[in-house]
Amino acid sequence: MTDAALAAVDQKRLAVASQWQLMWWAFKRHHLAMIGLAITAFFYLIALIPGFFAVNDPNKQNARAAYHPPQAIHFIDTAQDGSWSFRPYIRPYVLKRDPQTLAAIYTEDPARKVYLQFFAKGYEYNLLGLFPSTTHLIGTDNPNQPLFMFGADRLGRCVYSRIMQGAQISLSVGLVGVFLSLTLGVLLGGISGYYGGRADFVIQRAIEFVLALPTIPIWLALAAALPQDWPATLNYFMITLILSLTGWAQLARVVRGRFLSLRTEEFVTAARLDGASEGRVIFRHMLPSFLSHIIASITLAIPAMILAETSLSFLGLGLQPPTISWGVLLREAQNIRSIATAPWLFAPGAFVVIAVIALNFLGDGLRDAADPYNK
Amino acid sequence: MTVTELSPRGAPGAASAPGRTVLEVRNLTTHFPVRTGVVKAVDGVSFNLERGKTLCVVGESGSGKSVTARSILQIVDAPGRIVAGEMILHRPDGSSVDLAKLGNRSREIRAVRGAEIAMIFQEPMSSLSPVHTVGDQIMEVLRLHLKMSKAEARARCVELLRQVEIPHPDRAVDRYTFEFSGGMRQRVMIAMALACNPQILIADEPTTALDVTTQAEILDLIKKLQQQHGMAVMFITHDMGVVAEIADEVLVMYHGKVMEAGDVDTIFHAPKDEYTKMLIGSVLRLEQKAEIRLKRPPIDTTAEPVIEVKNLQMHFGSPKAPIKAVDDVTLKVLPGETLGIVGESGSGKTTMGRCLLRIYDPTGGQISYKRADGSKVDIVAADKETLKICRREIRMIFQDPVGSLNPRMTVAQVIGEPLLVNGIAKGRELDDRVADLMQQVGLNPEWRERYPHAFSGGQRQRIGIARAIALNPRVIVADEATSALDVSLRSQMLDLMMNLQDKLGLSYVFISHDIGVIRYMCDRIAVMYRGKVVETGFTEQVCDAPTHPYTQALLSAIPRPDPRMRSMHKRHRYTG
Repeated sequence: MTDAALAAVDQKRLAVASQWQLMWWAFKRHHLAMIGLAITAFFYLIALIPGFFAVNDPNKQNARAAYHPPQAIHFIDTAQDGSWSFRPYIRPYVLKRDPQTLAAIYTEDPARKVYLQFFAKGYEYNLLGLFPSTTHLIGTDNPNQPLFMFGADRLGRCVYSRIMQGAQISLSVGLVGVFLSLTLGVLLGGISGYYGGRADFVIQRAIEFVLALPTIPIWLALAAALPQDWPATLNYFMITLILSLTGWAQLARVVRGRFLSLRTEEFVTAARLDGASEGRVIFRHMLPSFLSHIIASITLAIPAMILAETSLSFLGLGLQPPTISWGVLLREAQNIRSIATAPWLFAPGAFVVIAVIALNFLGDGLRDAADPYNK
Repeated sequence: MTVTELSPRGAPGAASAPGRTVLEVRNLTTHFPVRTGVVKAVDGVSFNLERGKTLCVVGESGSGKSVTARSILQIVDAPGRIVAGEMILHRPDGSSVDLAKLGNRSREIRAVRGAEIAMIFQEPMSSLSPVHTVGDQIMEVLRLHLKMSKAEARARCVELLRQVEIPHPDRAVDRYTFEFSGGMRQRVMIAMALACNPQILIADEPTTALDVTTQAEILDLIKKLQQQHGMAVMFITHDMGVVAEIADEVLVMYHGKVMEAGDVDTIFHAPKDEYTKMLIGSVLRLEQKAEIRLKRPPIDTTAEPVIEVKNLQMHFGSPKAPIKAVDDVTLKVLPGETLGIVGESGSGKTTMGRCLLRIYDPTGGQISYKRADGSKVDIVAADKETLKICRREIRMIFQDPVGSLNPRMTVAQVIGEPLLVNGIAKGRELDDRVADLMQQVGLNPEWRERYPHAFSGGQRQRIGIARAIALNPRVIVADEATSALDVSLRSQMLDLMMNLQDKLGLSYVFISHDIGVIRYMCDRIAVMYRGKVVETGFTEQVCDAPTHPYTQALLSAIPRPDPRMRSMHKRHRYTG
C-alpha cells in the first residue's frame, strides 16, 4: 500500500485481518471449493461413525438376498380411502426362480408395505468404537425386513451399508498415508531446501529415484510380500506405509521449493541477524509463510492416496476381506457377470469418484485462497 | 481528402501554434472500482502534448501518473476503466480522433498503439521477451503495422538499432535480450517504440531501474531522437533531477489530480502550489549537508576505528574464474561517523556491507571490530558465539521495507524478536521496550498488534530501524535504506537516523547509489567500482573535487534538480 493511499484511509476504520481470516474470505468466494468442503466434511463424518449411517450389518450374509436389486423408495403413502401423506416406505421384494435357468428374479410385492423411520433401531454396533448403540439414521419399522438401497452383493450383503463401512478405511488411508508422507516430505524437503549444498544434492537424487520407480509394480511387489496371515490392522498400516513411501517425494519437492525461495528473503536474513537459532528461523519465521500451501498440497495428495488404495485392493493385493474398503468392495465388480446382472456393485466406484473430486475442489480452493494477495 | 499539413517533422515554425498540439487530454478520469468503493486513480486531468516538446509528469508513488499514461493507450489494468474525459489525437493528415471513445480492444486503438503512440516501460527486463531475438521482436511491429516484407523489416530493424546507438547493429539483430545489459535493453525498447515513427512517445520511468551513468545516456538518446523525429514525449518520473534536465513542460500530480502545470523554470523557481513547493523543497534539501550535521563538532579522525576492513575479498563462483564482487577493499569506520559507500549496481557495495555482518563468508582479508570493552574481534574468522555477540552490536537496515519484515508477524513481534531471542526481555518488559522503541522511531505504540502490510513504505522502514536499534548497537549497516521511499520521506528518514545517531552514539555504514542522500547524511565517502574502492575522503571533498576519473564521471552524470544548471551534456564516460 502506498503512502498516499494509506493517508487517505481513516486510521480508525482500518481493520486488520489475520492471515487465516483473509484465507477464509477468499475461500468462501470459491463456490466449487465450498461444495467440495461440504461433501468432504460429510464423507469424513460417515467415516467417523459408519454404523450410524449403515442400515444393515455390513457383514451379515443373506442367502435369500443374493444379487438383490436396489429397492425403490416410495415417498407418498396413499391410503385405501384415497387420502395421502408423506411417509416413505418400501415394498419388499419376493424372490422367485426362473424354472429353466434357475436365475433369481426379484419382484415387488404390491400387497405389503414396510415403512421407513429416522433414528430407527437396528443391529448393534460400536459408536466410535466405544459405546454400543443400535440407533441408525434410517431403518425399517420391521427389523426382519432389510432395506437394500443400493442392492445386495453375491452373498446378499447390503451394498449401501458396506459402502458406509468402507468409507472408514478408504478415507482414513488417505489421511494416515498423507500424514506419513508429510512427515517424510517436510523433513527431507526442509533439510534439502534450507541447507542446500551436498544434503540437497543427495536428497534430490533420492527423490528422483523414488519418482522414477513405476509406482503400481512397486506397490504390487511390496503388497504381495506382506504375509497373508497378518492381522487386518497391521495389514492396513503396512499398506498405508507402502502408499506413502512414494507419496512423500512430491511433497518434499514442494517444501524444498518454498524453502529455497524463502531462504533468500530479507526477513529471513533479518531473523538470522537478530540471533534467532536455526530451529526458530525455520519454525517461527519460514514455516508460517507456507503452512497454508502445505495444507493445500496435502488436500490434493489425499485423493491420490484414496485412488491408490482402491486400485491396490481392487487388484486383490491391498486390503483383504473381511476388511471392508471401497477397493475391496469393487473387487466384487471384477467380472463380466456382475456388470450384466448386478450393475449396482459399481456403487462404491461412484463414491470414490465423488470423494476424489470433492477433495480436489477443496484443495484447489485452498490453494487459491492460500495467497490472499495473489489475484 | 485534403492534406492540410504534410509532414511537419523537422520544420520548426512551419505550423501555427495550435497545429503543433498532437494530443489534447481533457478531464481524463480513470476509476478503479474496489470492494470498499472507488479509487479515483486519475481525477480530471488535462494537458496538451506538443510536437518536439517534452512533458514531464512528476509525482510520488500512487499519484496516478502511470495510470494517466496507460489510460491514453487504453491499457489500464483491470478493474480500472476510463469513466470520463476526452483524449483527442491530432493526426498529421489533419484528422483527429478521440481515443477515450475507442473500445480498449477495438481495431482502431490497436492501430494507434505502437504506430502513432508508442510506450516504453520501467523494467527493460520484463518488457522484452526472453525467447525471441531482438530482431524478431522489432520486426514483428514493423510487419504488423507497416506490412513490410521480411527483408525490408530486417533492414529497417538494423537501421533502428543503429539509431539507438547499439554497437554492431547487424549482429545485435540476431541476439537475445538476455545477452544485453539493462541500458542496452532499454535502447532496444526505444528502437521498438520508434519502429513506426510514432508522433508521441510515452516513457514510463524508463531510467528508474538504470544506473546514473546509463540513465544519462538514455536521456541523451531520447532527446536526440526527439529532435530528429519531432516527436512529442511524455516522460513520467519521480526524479526531479531528471525533470530539471529534460522537461519543457511539467505536470505535478498528487492523488490523481494535477496540482500544478507549467514550464519547467516556473515549477522549479516559482512554484505556486503548496505540494509542488514541498516536493521541490525536499529535493533541494538533499542537495546539501543536513542541518543536524552542521551543528556537530567535526569527526575526530585520530580516534581508533570501530571497524577496520583490511584487504577484504569476496569471490563468487568457481575458484578458477571467480567473480570478484569485493576485491581487496580496505577501509575504516570511525566511532560516531557515517561512512557512505557509493557505487553503481554491480559495484559490490551491497556485498561489502553484507560481509561486515558475515551474511556472506568472505574469501579473504580481515574485518577487525573493536568491541565496547576495547577488545578486538576479527569478524571474518569469528566462531559462532563471537559472531552472535558481534551481530548484536552491528545491526542492519535493509533496502526493501516490504521484504525485510515478516508478513506473518505483528509489528510488536518483529521489533521484539531480537530482544526475545537474545534473552534480554520477555513478557511485560518486552512489551514496554517495544513500545519505547516504536516511540523513538516515531510510530504510535498502539499500532503494535498490526501486521506490516497495514503500514506505508515509510512506516515500514521505521519498523526496520526500530528492530535495528533494539539491541543498543554500536554500528548500523544501512543498505539503500531510503531508495524505496518517496523523495519527501527520504530526508525525514535520514533525519531520524541522524537523531538516533546522536542519541545512541552510533556509527553508520550507509550504502547508497544516490549521491544526494550521501551528501546529506555522510561524513566520509568510499566510492566503489567493480569491487574496488577507487576513492575515499570527506564528503565535501569527494563531491566537489573528485580526484578519481570514475568518481568524476559518476558525478557528472547526475542530473541536478535545477533547470538552469543543465549539465548532462557536459558529462564524460569512464572506461576503466
